[in-house]
Amino acid sequence: MIALLRRDLVLAVRAGGGFGLGLAFFLILCVLVPFGVGPEPALLGRIAPGVLWVGALLACLLSLDRIFQLDFEDGTLDLLATSPLPLEAVASVKAFAHWLTTGLPLVLAAAPLGLLLNLPGAAMPWLVAGLALGTPALSVIGTFGAALTVGLKRGGLLISLLVLPLYMPTLLFGAEAARRGAEGLSPTTPLLLMAGLTAGCIAVMPFATAAALRMNLR
Amino acid sequence: MSIWRYANPTQFMATTGWMLPLFGVSAAAFVATGLIWGFFFTPDDFRQGSTVKIIYLHVPSALMAINAWLMMLVASLIWLVRRHHVSALAAKAAAPVGLVMTVIALLTGAIWGQPMWGTYWAWDPRLTSFLILFLFYLGYIALWQAIETQDTAADLTSILCLVGSVFALLSRYAVNFWNQGLHQGTSVPVATGGRTVSDVFFIPLAISMIGFGLLFVALVLLRTRTEIRARRLQALLAQSTAVE
Amino acid sequence: MDYAATNLACRRGDRTVLAGLSFSVAAGKALILRGANGSGKTTLLRCLAGLTPPVAGSLSFAADDVAYAAHDNGLKAQLRVAETIEFWASIYGATDTAPAVDAFTLSPLMTRHVAALSAGQKRRLSLSRLLLTGRPLWALDEPTVSLDSATVTKFADAVRAHLAQGRAAIIATHIDLGLDAADVLDVSGFKPSVADAQDPFLDGAFT
Repeated sequence: MIALLRRDLVLAVRAGGGFGLGLAFFLILCVLVPFGVGPEPALLGRIAPGVLWVGALLACLLSLDRIFQLDFEDGTLDLLATSPLPLEAVASVKAFAHWLTTGLPLVLAAAPLGLLLNLPGAAMPWLVAGLALGTPALSVIGTFGAALTVGLKRGGLLISLLVLPLYMPTLLFGAEAARRGAEGLSPTTPLLLMAGLTAGCIAVMPFATAAALRMNLR
Repeated sequence: MSIWRYANPTQFMATTGWMLPLFGVSAAAFVATGLIWGFFFTPDDFRQGSTVKIIYLHVPSALMAINAWLMMLVASLIWLVRRHHVSALAAKAAAPVGLVMTVIALLTGAIWGQPMWGTYWAWDPRLTSFLILFLFYLGYIALWQAIETQDTAADLTSILCLVGSVFALLSRYAVNFWNQGLHQGTSVPVATGGRTVSDVFFIPLAISMIGFGLLFVALVLLRTRTEIRARRLQALLAQSTAVE
Repeated sequence: MDYAATNLACRRGDRTVLAGLSFSVAAGKALILRGANGSGKTTLLRCLAGLTPPVAGSLSFAADDVAYAAHDNGLKAQLRVAETIEFWASIYGATDTAPAVDAFTLSPLMTRHVAALSAGQKRRLSLSRLLLTGRPLWALDEPTVSLDSATVTKFADAVRAHLAQGRAAIIATHIDLGLDAADVLDVSGFKPSVADAQDPFLDGAFT
């Protein structure tokens, strides 16, 4: 499993495009929002949690179709499926690699981008905590979407339609935690709910992902 | 003998062949009775006036929008466990019907909401969950359309339906937590335990709900029969090219 | 141990491609699959590898006994040859990679990127994975594609060495590998009849 993780990370770094792309997209999105809604600091501060969360969601989405597609096209996925590694483990490792290359950079970039959007200081730690707790769920759910569409030529568009509704609870809890933080309320309830949601996704989704992969390889 | 023996389209076609007209006629009768009674022979509500009458469309369609998804969930499970082809095709057939029911519920809700709440749309938990249900239907149908191999499509959409159901339920309660909302509670007596609506309104509503249920069954049967015929055509074509 | 299939039926997509297929490969023997394009060689091999469960019939071995090599090489252009071999070695828990490297004379290529290899070299690297699996039954789909005649001989040697260890191989190929202990099976004789197709949409009559 560690070998597969290392391979995926090496490929992400060497292939180019995969690694920094989501992050750059996130940055551009956050820069574009003030042009769209105007530079008024109070307004920006109020919508910043939502903008950052939606931005993280979309940035995550951008690299999803690469998770299995390349391995499927060059035949590696067949070989992995017949290897001693269970497909559930492959699914988990792939999701973890996706999180390391996409989710983690987003978490780290969220604080400076929050400053850019005039996010209130009180909300900052909760936004980052929310992203840190929520992005693993985004990767795991996204991996499931990638497994569903792996055999398709035009999977990229379909994947967003399938995955975005599944992202809704995570988005809601994450943005709610940051908003409550900004208003000085306790954000622990949404954060705990999100942590539960993420833990549940990490535990269960790899089985659904592996099932979808098996069906697609059939 | 393999699992395929459980799938019996021939039997399904024979049985539904005589059932379909029965369901169709009774659906038409119930829907017509419920709607005509509701629209023309019930008094206006003392607060809402005649706008309340849209309830005879709104509630039954919302009910069937959810029931259609539940039916797809059960059919998907049967397909995954028993590999019963008719079951997979019935789930496929039910999705567009459920989608239309969801759209009717959303539209009638918006038309009703305007005079009552002063707005067509509010991010109320019930409204939002229906919007999410709408998105799930879209994704489900899109996945069916996208995959060429029928059995694989049935497999993958079934898995999506299972996972989607869990997330739809999660979303339903997550939005509660987010916004308490405007939408009134249910007014169907079975669900509330007591009666909040007088019989004058409820009886035509119940007839309309039964009618929508029958309509749903009739439409799903019709669409499933079409899907089975399409599959048979496909199989026959494949066979004739294989012989050459 | 014998590797046997009894009355096997395999599907590809929505269609049953093979039916009523039986074979038995004794230890130390190879089975060569023949048949025109589209006759179901790949389908059969994928079925043996456990990727597509059989529609009917049974196999006397588990998918874990099978080392499968497909048409596609399954290589990553961005990795080096050595990294590729190490990756598969750790997936299969193989400690000694030397036999795999030697069998396909990969040692001069070890530091190169896969992207810089020729088609034949890629094929050699891909086939070297078989030796890392340590699995007793090789299921190979056109393994000699883009190999030159010298490398084909090398490959045949590797198969012979594998068989000499009391193991077995099932190979879909059109060229003569010169294996002594090989039976030939033509899969085109196993076209499913309508009854075998087991398609519920063809059963009975309805309109």
